[in-house]
Parts: sequence; C-alpha cells; structure tokens
Amino acid sequence: MLVLAALSLPLQPQSKGVLSVSPVDKLTIQRGAAGEVKIIAQLQPGFHVNSNTPSEDYLIPLKLTWAKEPLQAEQVIYPKPQSEKYDFSPTPLSVFSGNFEIVTRFKAPADTRNGPAIMNGKLRYQACNNKECLPPRTIEIPVTVEIQ
Amino acid sequence: MVLLKPIQAAIGCIALGACLVWTGCSNIPEAGFGPRSVHAAVKPEHDRKTAPEFALKDSNGQTVHLADYKGKVVLLDFWATWCGPCKIEIPWFIEFEQQFKDRGFAVLGVSMDEDGWEAVKPYMEDLKINYRILLGNDQVSDIYGGVESLPTTLLIDRQGKIASVHIGLSRGKEEFRDDIDRLLGSSSASAGRALTSLTAAK
Repeated sequence: MLVLAALSLPLQPQSKGVLSVSPVDKLTIQRGAAGEVKIIAQLQPGFHVNSNTPSEDYLIPLKLTWAKEPLQAEQVIYPKPQSEKYDFSPTPLSVFSGNFEIVTRFKAPADTRNGPAIMNGKLRYQACNNKECLPPRTIEIPVTVEIQ
Repeated sequence: MVLLKPIQAAIGCIALGACLVWTGCSNIPEAGFGPRSVHAAVKPEHDRKTAPEFALKDSNGQTVHLADYKGKVVLLDFWATWCGPCKIEIPWFIEFEQQFKDRGFAVLGVSMDEDGWEAVKPYMEDLKINYRILLGNDQVSDIYGGVESLPTTLLIDRQGKIASVHIGLSRGKEEFRDDIDRLLGSSSASAGRALTSLTAAK
C-alpha cells in the first residue's frame, strides 16, 4: 500500500551541483499509446552546460537517457541551444543556461503490464561558468507512470 | 568520479589521513575548492603549508611522487580535457616549462578525466604538451581538499610548500610568470642568505 501511495506522487530527482531538476509530473498512459514527459532543469546563475550538440569535440554534451522498460523512449527533444561567448573560448559555444525543458516522447508497448511503475532516466551534464568548469555529473530522474 | 563538497571533503580527509602518506588536512588552507574563482598571491614563507604527498602514474606508466620534485618550484595543475578554461592555460604552462626548467622549475599536470589515458594522450599530442601529465583520482582530489573546480593550479616552493593557489582561469599568464619568477628568485635569495650566515659563523 505504501509503495502504491508513493507511486501516486511525483518522485524527486536527485539534485547535484549547479543543476537541479524539478519533480516530474506523473505520466498516465494507455497500453499501445504514446505520451510525453517534460523535464524542467534549472541552472545556477552564471553557469551553463554544453548543449546536446556541443560546438567543440572536446566538450561533454548534455544527454538524457532512459531505461529500456516499462516504456520505450522514442524521442528526446532538447531545447534550441544558445550560442554564447566565454572568456575561455575564441568562438561562441552551444550551451543551455537558466531554466530549460527537455521533452521525451514515450510509447507503452501493447504487451506491457498494467498498473503503477517507475521509469528511470539519467541526465548527464557538464557545467562551467566564464572562468571554471565542474566535473561531469549525472542526475537520476525517476518518473511515476500509470499504465492502463 | 566522486568529488566532495567542502564538509564531506573534510570528513573524507580525516578518514584518509590514517592510510595515506600525507601531512594533514589542515595543511590545505583552501580546503574544498568549490565553484569560485580564487587567485591568491604568493604567501610569505612562514604562512605556507606542506603540499600533500601523492603517487600517480604518468603517461609512460611510471609512478611519480611529489617528493621527487623537492628542491624545485612546481606548478601543479589540476585540469581535464573537457575543461575550456584549462585549455587556455595549458599553452602558458608549456611556455613556462620551456622558460624555467633550467632554473629548477617543473610543471605537473594532473588530469581528472574519467576516461583516463584514452582521452588524455591524444589531447597531450594535439596540444604538444611538453611537461609531465599524471592521471588523477578521487584520493588525490580529496587530499588536496576536494578539487572541484577546474582549473585549480598550485605553486609549490622548493621546500614542498604551497605558495599560492589559483582556482579558475587566471587573469593572465603574467600573473603566474611573476609568481614563478619570484619563487625561483626568492629561493636563490634564501640560499644566499644561508650562505652568508654560514660564512659569518666561521
């Protein structure tokens, strides 16, 4: 019962370092149908993360990945990156800063089991400000799912 | 890679103190190098603390101890291939290695790359790094107070003591050059003073 009660609430993602992720709304999805989950990330002022498509090979991209079940992640849609110039780079870099959203489109397989479940995601990022960089980090993002 | 926040770093340091060849957490005045830019001037000799000893592998697989460099001025740079500000400073350090090596100076770069030599060796070749690169780990990060922000660069004097700490991209290479020159020169001055005292004693 406790587990079921817990699954009815949005789960709190781990917050690490200068990037935090808001609790993700519960996703209710029909078997065989599609649904979307929105991840809202907040970066501390002054910091940026490399976008999912960094402008330099040596930079670590932001990447959201999902477990293979119970849902299938069909598409991860990142926001449009900003092009920003920093003291440490002669050319503008492709980054995200401030608050930004990442949308994932899921499909519930027709043969998946009905009921409550957790879909686990991981958001890997590497942040810098104008003068210094922090090591890459990964935030665990659990999403409560109700499959009908 | 687990990089600790200041308090965690302090706790980690206490635990590690028993098993590491090390001179103590209190020797790192700037414990917990968090996300902030710090550019400390060279400290007076009596205020300097001993740099923690470490043993790390270089790109040839050779174990390098900081103690191997006692008697030299060492620029110890914590960096990573994914760190843009580090990439700006590396050419400065290449220049310093070239310019000052004959005066008893050495640069040691400690890479904090998770992917190890696979990431670091091609980068060393690309940038034509002429100084020794070591592969860092959580332990060395911990004993240096939890190195979080990169670059973090320490200037260590000939006695193995930390003379200055720079966190983040420095204001310019001249800032480092002046400090290195001063440390190399001040040592000569100290040696000169010692010699004068000895002569006077005779």
